[in-house]
Amino acid sequence: MNRTINALTRSLNVFHLAGSACNNCDIEILDALTPRYDLERFGITLVGSIRHADVLLVSGVFNRKAAIRAMELLEQAPKPYLVLGIGGCPCTGLMFRNSYNWDRPPSDYMNIDAFVPGCPPKPEAIISAVVKVVEGLRSGALVPRCLQDATELAETPEAAGTV
Amino acid sequence: MKSSMVLVEFLLFPGLLFTAIAGLLTTWVDRKVTALVQMRVGPPLLQPFYDIRKLLIKETCVPEDGAVGLFLLAPLLGLAGVTLASMILWRTLLNVQATFVGDLIVLVYLLVMPALSVMLGSFASRNPLASLGGSREVKLMIAYELPLVLAILVPVIQANSIRLGDLLTAQAPIFSLSGALALLVCIACTQAKLTIVPFDMPEAETELSGGALIEYSGPPLAMFKLTRAMMLFTMPVLLVVLFFGGVVSGPGWLPAVTGFLLWFVLVAVTIVVRNTTPRVCIDQAVRFFWGPVSLVALVAVMLAWLGW
Ligand code: SF4
Repeated sequence: MNRTINALTRSLNVFHLAGSACNNCDIEILDALTPRYDLERFGITLVGSIRHADVLLVSGVFNRKAAIRAMELLEQAPKPYLVLGIGGCPCTGLMFRNSYNWDRPPSDYMNIDAFVPGCPPKPEAIISAVVKVVEGLRSGALVPRCLQDATELAETPEAAGTV
Repeated sequence: MKSSMVLVEFLLFPGLLFTAIAGLLTTWVDRKVTALVQMRVGPPLLQPFYDIRKLLIKETCVPEDGAVGLFLLAPLLGLAGVTLASMILWRTLLNVQATFVGDLIVLVYLLVMPALSVMLGSFASRNPLASLGGSREVKLMIAYELPLVLAILVPVIQANSIRLGDLLTAQAPIFSLSGALALLVCIACTQAKLTIVPFDMPEAETELSGGALIEYSGPPLAMFKLTRAMMLFTMPVLLVVLFFGGVVSGPGWLPAVTGFLLWFVLVAVTIVVRNTTPRVCIDQAVRFFWGPVSLVALVAVMLAWLGW
């Protein structure tokens, strides 16, 4: 397990999964990837295909139809991967909470590993979140939820109903 | 030669292991220089190795209705091709008498394998974006192979041999007009053969989101990345052998150092071009290679024939 985590955290390929965000979070994500912050120092690069991704940055909320597609997309990611919720939207829905076309915030149906609070969070906040996640993974305090659920389901069959 | 010896040469030196390490270090140079151009610090030395190691622990996803066998076989094909090519090259560099007559022809065919593997893999994955990337790869290959082979003919005509060992010991073609023209053509074709900017339309990240390799994940993707890295290392070595033959062969350390410096200059040219040009359309690329580049290559062949 430790070797897996070590290999994973030294080379994180980021995939940007934008729901119906208000676009501010998306811009801040792109900001974090600009030469000014130079995330390639830590091996973090942006990739275009979910098959190449290790980290999914989810921003905004998904409406009813998009949520199904987003979950389909999530299933296509090769394990082990991490899901990061950027901004307040994926956690609570924030200003979209009274929209007619959505059902629940993504945190209700997606296995999001960590949230980066803010509306939108600054690039510094996103980077500090990534650092915390990497530290948590290395110390064992955090286990990627895509791996966690598989073992949980194997141990307690009734856990499947609660997801 | 014993077959066990061949296996050692294929897997360790100068085959897979050596070329892989050298190739990954070359990609580090590429990324570091790119970072410096953009005024940032760039990745650590071992970053390409970390990337490959990470891909090895990832899950391998196979597209549901693709041709699974071909999908998984394609990356192996490219890797084997470039490994063999590098092995032939380095055996010649270490001992000019080591290889057979006509090895240059074998080499040219082997260096087509990586592009072929990308095509096969992309079509086998049955992803529309991947097919688009694959078809662009086909067109690009048709475009650059003609001038490339014409340009490679120039040293062959000058040395009057198709054995790499003879080309290496003959007088360096670069000192003649035809040789200099052919080298320019080869540099342009190398850029396309490596599918890097401005000829990276098969993988155009902004339009095709990864293009030909979009469906690949885990170890097969690692193999493709490795193949590309090894090509980035091998192509400049081939150019040094072809065009600087007399300069880089012979006893002592001076030819070796000169060879390394020349190799580095060729890599640097590739990287600088990559960082200073935008991506062109596929039709522009075909017109470029079949028009001016082929013309220059043809002129170079004629000049070589006339002894210039
Ligand atoms: S968290 Fe705020 S800034 Fe980000 S998408 Fe939601 S509303 Fe926009």
